[in-house]
Amino acid sequence: MLTNAVRNVPVNNLIEVRNLVKHFEVSSGLFSRNKKVIKAVDGVDFDIKAGETLGLVGQSGCGKTTTARSLCLLDPKTSGTVKFFNPDSQKMDSIDELDDDGIRVFRRNMQMIFQDPYESLNPRWTIKDIIKEPLDIHNIGALNDREEAVVEILRTVGLTPPENYLSRYPHEISGGQRQRVSIARTLIMKPKFVICDEPTSMLDVSIRISIMDLMLNLAKDLDVSYLYITHDLAVARYMCNRIAVMFNGKIVEIADTEDLLQNPIHPYTKRLISSIPIPDPSYKRERYQINYDELDKIISKNPDKKMIDIGNEHFVATHDTKEYFIES
Amino acid sequence: MNNLENEKEIAKSIRKAAILKNWKLFKQSRLGMVGLYIVAFFFILTILQPILFITGIWDEGTYHPVVGYVDQTQDFLIVECPKEFPTEKYEKRSDCPGRKEVNIKTLFYADGEVGETIQLNLQPAPPSRDHILGTDSLGRDVFSQIMEGSQVAFLLGILSATLGVGISTILGTIAAFFGGRIDAYLMRQSDLVLMLPTLPLLFIISAFAELKIWHLAVVLGTIGGLGGSVITIKSQALQVKVKPFVDSARITGGSQMKILFSHVLPNVAPLALLFMVFSVTGAIASESVLSFLGLLNIEMSWGLMIYLAQVEGYIFSGLKYWWLILPAGLSVTFLTGGFYLVGRGLDEVFNPRLRKR
Amino acid sequence: MSNILEVKNLTMHYETIDGDVDAVKNVSFNVKAGESFGIVGESGCGKTSVAMSLLQLQAENGKISNGSILFDGLELVGMSENDLRKVRWDGISIVFQGAMNAWNPVVKIGEQIREAMREHSPESSKSQNTLKINELFTMVGLDSSVADRFPHELSGGMKQRAIIALALSCDPKLVIADEPTTALDVVIQDQILNEIKKVQELLGLSLIYISHDIAVIAEMTDKIAVMYAGSIVEIGPTEQVFKFPKHSYTRSLLDSTPSIRGEKKKLRSLEGEPPSLINKIDGCSFSPRCPTPTNGCKNQSIEMGLVKVGNDHYADKCCSECTSE
Repeated sequence: MLTNAVRNVPVNNLIEVRNLVKHFEVSSGLFSRNKKVIKAVDGVDFDIKAGETLGLVGQSGCGKTTTARSLCLLDPKTSGTVKFFNPDSQKMDSIDELDDDGIRVFRRNMQMIFQDPYESLNPRWTIKDIIKEPLDIHNIGALNDREEAVVEILRTVGLTPPENYLSRYPHEISGGQRQRVSIARTLIMKPKFVICDEPTSMLDVSIRISIMDLMLNLAKDLDVSYLYITHDLAVARYMCNRIAVMFNGKIVEIADTEDLLQNPIHPYTKRLISSIPIPDPSYKRERYQINYDELDKIISKNPDKKMIDIGNEHFVATHDTKEYFIES
Repeated sequence: MNNLENEKEIAKSIRKAAILKNWKLFKQSRLGMVGLYIVAFFFILTILQPILFITGIWDEGTYHPVVGYVDQTQDFLIVECPKEFPTEKYEKRSDCPGRKEVNIKTLFYADGEVGETIQLNLQPAPPSRDHILGTDSLGRDVFSQIMEGSQVAFLLGILSATLGVGISTILGTIAAFFGGRIDAYLMRQSDLVLMLPTLPLLFIISAFAELKIWHLAVVLGTIGGLGGSVITIKSQALQVKVKPFVDSARITGGSQMKILFSHVLPNVAPLALLFMVFSVTGAIASESVLSFLGLLNIEMSWGLMIYLAQVEGYIFSGLKYWWLILPAGLSVTFLTGGFYLVGRGLDEVFNPRLRKR
Repeated sequence: MSNILEVKNLTMHYETIDGDVDAVKNVSFNVKAGESFGIVGESGCGKTSVAMSLLQLQAENGKISNGSILFDGLELVGMSENDLRKVRWDGISIVFQGAMNAWNPVVKIGEQIREAMREHSPESSKSQNTLKINELFTMVGLDSSVADRFPHELSGGMKQRAIIALALSCDPKLVIADEPTTALDVVIQDQILNEIKKVQELLGLSLIYISHDIAVIAEMTDKIAVMYAGSIVEIGPTEQVFKFPKHSYTRSLLDSTPSIRGEKKKLRSLEGEPPSLINKIDGCSFSPRCPTPTNGCKNQSIEMGLVKVGNDHYADKCCSECTSE
């Protein structure tokens, strides 16, 4: 299935994140009173529009997974606001102000696909029960219809004939098939927003594209937005409209995909891009020498801003990140 | 829905293949297989006894382990054993009294003079054609007693193991899942129970209550269930708790309880099964010790057999009355060992790292 | 330039309770002195098994049933364990997958490297070894103080660099690197790959680089072999294979790798999964998944084998004759 990865980007914001902070307290030593604070996510801002895919790219430990978990209420955030568009009230609601009903609506519309196909399905449940669970939890549809819905979504994700999979257990199917089951389970409730945490990094290279194409097509058909987390910029390029580069708990740069790749501003982004090997033996890759001149010039023109807009919705972070950018 | 039925067939056959594979893995473990044979052997003994009675091969009057009786008498010559050895008749002390003789000093229940012949009960009688393991001092068939003891051991073992594992699984999972104060309390409780010496505790309990098999099973199960296994199950549950599929259920909005029972518990179960097998050994051993000390109110068990042998003084005759001691003692050893080995074999099935590939 | 390694018809299988798993089937390739040879393939293709077989380090139930491994003229198959031990580390050394986690956590790095050196060159003195370690560290970009540190004090990148130093500590002629940078950040990976290249040039090392990452293979190797289901399906100079891939699997691999440069080309993907290696596979092992199989491909009894398709470039017989695009 050949797909054009970039979709038409609509205008309404689905998610608005401002100054998201997540700290972990680690006690340093047996009797010490001092609690060391690990700033896993240190003030992150971004928007995701309805129907758009935002890539969150960074190396391990940069805070991208923590950001995602705070976003979907798995681990409560330390501070900051997360607003999402409530389809019932047509307004942006902050998740802090949600009552029980509001949280239920939120959970129906926000899902997550995990990285490890082997650990993201309960090994003791059948495929049918795994995919049906969201419907049971939220009491959607009559009981008979739920099985129908499961069969339907199995077909949609390419697991045909569906009957072959209903009574199987996760360990009886392959890694790629398991990720399809995860996708089926995630999308059966037609959520508006799905966080994808490196869903293809543990799959064989040759089948990754089929999973990614599946996700792109489903996004178009069901009008879903993705937050796509990955450490691989090439994958992000294939999947995302916009990419945010994260380092050490902060967003360093955020822009439209091609804009970011052709015209990176922040030294970290430049270095990241230049380090990526190219699958072409004749391509001569140039290594980037870290140089803050360009960034400093931009900062001097906009001395007070945390994130500077250099046009075309291309944002670069300023002084904050420079301090943390140490050679390893 | 023909396809669905077909599919159920396919799924069943895949499941069968998986069970077969687990069986093959278990077979690979020599220890496990040895253990399995031992346990199977004793299990056969367990069901053999009622079969023998029902089919009439054994007459209950003679062979019942508790109330059976066989009358065996023999003529004995009354002698008086000298104080010093060797004498012309006897070489060493153990020669007197001889096989068809009885020492007048040990004649409590009959009168007679030295040189007279007297008819005495032969019990406990050594193994003979009718009684392969002989009879005890009350004329009861020892082999039948072994089989009865086997029933008791299995019953007690499995009952207390199930109860104990049930308790520790639920407590361990709750501790892992809810954390905080509940966890702290349960861990302290576990520590406390761990600290308590089990046997002395059982002595005390038996002083207050008449312990029958069921009672003992409950007591052992409860003590075992509240002890160290809670901690191990909790750590396993913690590992399950952080798996992505649990996260997935939380994101979807599942309630705590639902996640606890339908996601976490089923994945802790294999470990719990392993514990169960191991705790059977403790239960059987505890029973034999308690019976040996005469603290239990059980009609017949292996421990009781040894208790009777000791109380009646047969233990001190060395191996002269071996059939009163060895079968029971060896049974305890072998059955507990057998269960332990089965546990080891199961461990290899559940723990892929232990497999020899 | 002579061949430092000649592998002919290497065949290896694992004995399991479910049957024999044919992990390596009739694998042949040569590595010249100073050359960088890549083996690329996905999970289960046999590339790690090949690496292990070269040093006879495969698992206990792995048996080499056929083939020869000529290292610098020495036949390694059938060698005694004692003789093999001399070859390992001295002649051929290996950087395992996840090796950086295999450091003994309670022994300092320097001491662990010394252990290897003592084992293989017992005549050299302590000070000579220290000098050597410092040299190695400089070569891989580590500060000499690292020798006094414990593994947990080092970052992932540093541990991996130390592993490379360890692999070079006994002056091997050939280094096998099995996914040495998989777990590392892309920036660190870049630095380490750079280091490896430098060291290779400096010491005239031969390198066998094993990975599933096409991009890394493209940049690091002179010649590559593509493996699928235990056999080599295509082998040739890296540029040749990338420009003119002849085997359908090679083409699928190349077509399914996204890149940050170049136009956003159409990417293709494979369906299904690699075949189980327990069952004997007749004919082309790739044909069930081949996007463009011919009738001949599906013929199970077709004779397999590599044929020449270009200058020093070989591919599986069926694909070389395949006329579909």
